[in-house]
Formats: sequence, C-alpha cells, structure tokens
Amino acid sequence: MIVANRKSLSEILDMVKDCNKILVAGCKGCVTVCNVGGLKEVQVLASCLKIARKKDGGKPLEVEEILLERQCDPEYIEQVKDTVGNYDAVVSMACGVGPQFLSEAYPNQKFYPAVNTTFFGGAVAHGIWEERCAGCGTCIIHYFDGLCPIARCSKSLMNGPCGGSSHGKCEIAEDLDCIWDMIVKKKMAQGRLDDLRYLTPAKDWRTARDGGPRRSIREELTK
Amino acid sequence: MSEDFEPKILAFCCKYCAYAAADLAGSMRLSYPPNVKVIQIPCTGRIDIVHILKAIEDGADGVYVAGCMEGDCHFVSGNLRARKRVEYVKKTLTELGIEPERVEIYNLSSAMGPRFAEIAHEMTDRIRKLGPTPVKTRTV
Repeated sequence: MIVANRKSLSEILDMVKDCNKILVAGCKGCVTVCNVGGLKEVQVLASCLKIARKKDGGKPLEVEEILLERQCDPEYIEQVKDTVGNYDAVVSMACGVGPQFLSEAYPNQKFYPAVNTTFFGGAVAHGIWEERCAGCGTCIIHYFDGLCPIARCSKSLMNGPCGGSSHGKCEIAEDLDCIWDMIVKKKMAQGRLDDLRYLTPAKDWRTARDGGPRRSIREELTK
Repeated sequence: MSEDFEPKILAFCCKYCAYAAADLAGSMRLSYPPNVKVIQIPCTGRIDIVHILKAIEDGADGVYVAGCMEGDCHFVSGNLRARKRVEYVKKTLTELGIEPERVEIYNLSSAMGPRFAEIAHEMTDRIRKLGPTPVKTRTV
C-alpha cells in the first residue's frame, strides 16, 4: 500500500487560516489501511481543527467530513460534484494522488493535502510500517530471493553489501537491517551463494522516476 | 481565573473497575466533587482518541479515563491501549497550545472506592488550578 503520515496540525491550520467552512475528505484506500486518512483520522483531524479555532474565542470553523471510496478514481471523485463548491477549501487526507485528482476535476476549488505521502510498504507490526518497494518499474527481486535492494538498501546497490554494513545493520541507523546482509545470509541458507558471483549490471532507470512521469496503458481496458 | 470557576470534568470509567469503585465510594458514603460526570464504558479500550477530543471540543475543562490496574484488564490489554490513546491526545493538545494536563488516565480496581474519590478530588483541583478551558463554546 501507499504509506503516508499526517502533516502537523500547525501546517494544516495555516493552510485553512482564511477559511470559514471546509470539507475534510478521507479515502477508504491505502490511507485507511495505514491509519492516516480513513474515517477515524478524518474525525480526529476535523475535531482538532475545530478545537484550534474555538481556542481563545477564535473565528469558528465549520468542518464537514466525507469518506470517499477512493480518491484515485474519477467515478468516486464525482461523488462530491454537487457539494464541493459549498466550501472555502477541501482538505484531502488521501495520498498525493487524491488532492490532484480533485484539483483536476474541480479547477475552481482549493484543495490542500493533509498528509505527506512517504513510501510503498506494509505493516510489519501494529502501528509500524516499512518501505518495501521503490516503484522502479523493473522488478528484480527474484534475483535476490524476494528482497529488494533498490527499496531497502540505503544506496540502492545492485552489488552489495558496502563497507557500511556492520553486524547485519546499515550504517545510517542502528535499527535498520542491511538488506545485503539479509540477501547474502538467505543465499547461504538456500545453498545458492554462487548466484552472487554474477555481477548485476547497472540498472536502466528510465522505467523509474528518472524517465519522467510515468503512464500505464492497458489497451484491452480502454474504451 | 475567577474564584467561582467550577470545572466541568468528564470521567470515562470502566465498568469492571473504576465504575464499580465509584459505586463503592457511594456505599462508603465518601464524597467527591460534583464537577466529575461519570460515563460508564465497557472497557477503557473502547475509548478512542476522537471521544476525548470531542469532549474537549464541546467545552469540557478536563477529561480522564479510569481503567483497571495494569495487568488486570478484563479484556487483557484495553487499559494499555487506552493509555497510548490518552498520550496521543496529550501530544495533540500540546500541539494546539492547550495544557495536556487537562487529560489524564488512572488505574484502579473495583475495591478502591476511596481512591476513586481521591482521583476525582485530584483532577478537580488540577483543573481548578489550570482554569477554564481555552476552547470557547456557546453551550456545553
């Protein structure tokens, strides 16, 4: 899933400082699963914003809440077409895709992102998410027994480990596993260490962000 | 702060401990401040961040959650979850420039009637010192 973190309340409050009535729009997709922009988080943010504005008798803020099925599909974005104009601004709690889809659909309205979109990952424990995929566009994890050196090595090394690997940890943080240490240990456990004699050539990054914004077209699905 | 400020305090009390302790305090004829309004909950684990925030939003001067002793939760770990949620609300209130001491969590058992009354006094005194909530509402 796409993992995100909510922006600080002061940042969000600054975005809506001139507003009297806003809509906080959550998303039932990835941000619900990573507990950042689902129903509960929409309620919490709405309440926080109202508290902040009621504090010391400030200008009251009317906050309405909505939870869209997804904010990355036009058919769900359409669900607010009759009401989106009723607000001074819309605060989207979806990943970075949400406020952009909303902005494109409703060019006259202001949309603010309430979250910082961080990475593609999963929950390793309750409340803890870790990065697993960098969306490089050319998956190579089968060469490394299901462990991705692009997303999980700090240097995205194709031939590791580097000298910064110590006792299974990466030099950038004591609690960060060195993925190359894990790859080597897994190869040893599976008796396939010889695989690593193969020198992986430089990666073609054109399929990643380096090739510019990407587009995926599936002819069989297009109208 | 005005001399006649009477705090409005909400107490979310677990039915297996704090609420029973409140009953016991009553049976023991212990008095505690009428500022505390008790709401029975099935377990403190039922309390969500938004419940506490809503109380603050609607003008409560203080809110506390009272659950079982740690390790004795009827639902194993509800009180531990509640503690984390109360801590989250405290951080949120700090971010909003509101005293985090307005929100608290206590642990007690159903046999601790006097402790229930003591907590009610403690929280009322604390909020009295802090003064009225800076969150202004027309009606509470």
